[in-house]
Amino acid sequence: MSRETLIDLLYLFSATTFILALKGLGSPKHARRGNMVAAFGMLVAVVATFFKYVDGHSLHHLWLILLAMFIGVIIAVPTARFVKMTAIPQLVAIFNGVGGGAASLVSLTEFIHVKSTHPATYVILEVLLGVLIGTVSFAGSAIAFAKLQELMTGRPVTYPGQQVINAIVGLAALALIVTILVTASTTLLWVLLALSFVLGVIFVLPIGGADVPVLISLLNAFTGLAVAASGFTLGSNLLIVAGVLVGASGILLTRLMSKAMGRSLSNVLFSAFGSVVTASGATTREDGRSVRSGTPEDIGILLGFASRVVIIPGYGLAVAQGQHVLRELAELLEAKGIEVFYAIHPVAGRMPGHMNVLLAEANVPYEQLLELDEANSELATADVALVVGANDTVNPAATDDPSSPIYGMPIIHADLAENVVFLKRSMRPGFAGIENELLYNPKTTLVFGDAKDTLTKMVAAVKAN
Amino acid sequence: MSNVLLQYLTVLILTAFVGTEIIAKVPSILHTPLMSGSNAIHGVILVGSMLILGGATSNLQEVLGFLAVILATLNVVGGFVVTDRMLEMFKPRAKPTAPTSDEVTK
Repeated sequence: MSRETLIDLLYLFSATTFILALKGLGSPKHARRGNMVAAFGMLVAVVATFFKYVDGHSLHHLWLILLAMFIGVIIAVPTARFVKMTAIPQLVAIFNGVGGGAASLVSLTEFIHVKSTHPATYVILEVLLGVLIGTVSFAGSAIAFAKLQELMTGRPVTYPGQQVINAIVGLAALALIVTILVTASTTLLWVLLALSFVLGVIFVLPIGGADVPVLISLLNAFTGLAVAASGFTLGSNLLIVAGVLVGASGILLTRLMSKAMGRSLSNVLFSAFGSVVTASGATTREDGRSVRSGTPEDIGILLGFASRVVIIPGYGLAVAQGQHVLRELAELLEAKGIEVFYAIHPVAGRMPGHMNVLLAEANVPYEQLLELDEANSELATADVALVVGANDTVNPAATDDPSSPIYGMPIIHADLAENVVFLKRSMRPGFAGIENELLYNPKTTLVFGDAKDTLTKMVAAVKAN
Repeated sequence: MSNVLLQYLTVLILTAFVGTEIIAKVPSILHTPLMSGSNAIHGVILVGSMLILGGATSNLQEVLGFLAVILATLNVVGGFVVTDRMLEMFKPRAKPTAPTSDEVTK
């Protein structure tokens, strides 16, 4: 067997591990092993590549390759290990962005490399797609990172004529692609690189913070497609398989996520959702209705006499780092024979499943986590719905008010429970910037303050009774 | 159109179907790990980056290739480590959990 055949067989092995890994990720039991399998497959592919011949010689610049890898590892490992779990979405955004950047650079360099041999038009097209998609993903992920890390405003950035300007830049990129296909000009390729960067930035700017997770999922798919395009250019089945797997899964995941918010993908991407803050942030409204607030001790007593409690956690819980105290409270209640469930909205936290990850970190058993439909049927017979740091996901405007921007989003019907308790930092509206009618409901009690402090006081109150 | 291109297109189409079929059954609690895991998998661009740097014939190509290897390594290593960290936390209830240090013991 020739050297090249052996390497290709190893690549085939790696591609198979990637497929098995995605399959493993389908169940909590096998997910971790699936990830390990893919990592092993990746290691095999990288080691095999060291023995590959390029243009009839073995790899040049071996030390440069190893140095670059070393730099990558010493940056990536500590970052991935020690960043707080609440910051995971940003982290995924940035690791996705660098992948897109790498794909773009690979396509660009390969073009410079083969240009003298007058490549076929379809090869140039593959290069152009790789550069365009990879750079858009890179720039878009960087802005998404800045939004989530709060380096810039999380609100949509809009300006007059935005849609028109975006359309013009998009068309300019297309025109440039056609021109390069004809002229095969390297200079114009650099212009395309710059233009793709601008396109990535202006594409992401009008997308509000609440929608950024959907965007990251889409950009993840983009990077996959950019990698597949590089695979075409380099003639590598491995890159095509891995890239298309990620592209296909990413697009499906993106659609699932927009569906969970009751909106279409184009609405998420182009409507500058959440740019207008409609909530006043006051405790009394013009019509004279006001909210009712209580102390953590009151709530502790209320919980102690309940027989069924549904906890509805949101991102505010994670920000306050209150997951562990919350779990302690739930365990105390269970010891008193009270049934406790967690109702998880698909978009609670900042990514689908983010809340599950945050609660799992606090050792909350995943059997106690209910998805939307299950949660709503439990809530109908619950004594207390305890909303901790969530807002938009329990906002009845989504079902009652056709004029509301979140109308149509499936919500957790906290209002079905006998009593509703909100733990909130202030009257400020949620991530989507919309007033919540439920706060003014006579069943509702508000407890203001840091979620962790409040929960700690509630634990003490439950213990004392 | 060359036969090689046709072969790559075949791989593309078939993989697209495999990708959507496999993902369709993933429960929503695993969506974040799934996104992170697939993020690590597209880090396979590291293989492409190595080939680019290994075949570089000018200073410009060397610089671009060097950058590509760094970025791709960040993607692949960071992606797998973050995913593993997330999945580490999905534990079934049956196992008695040891009290954690931040738990208030009375």
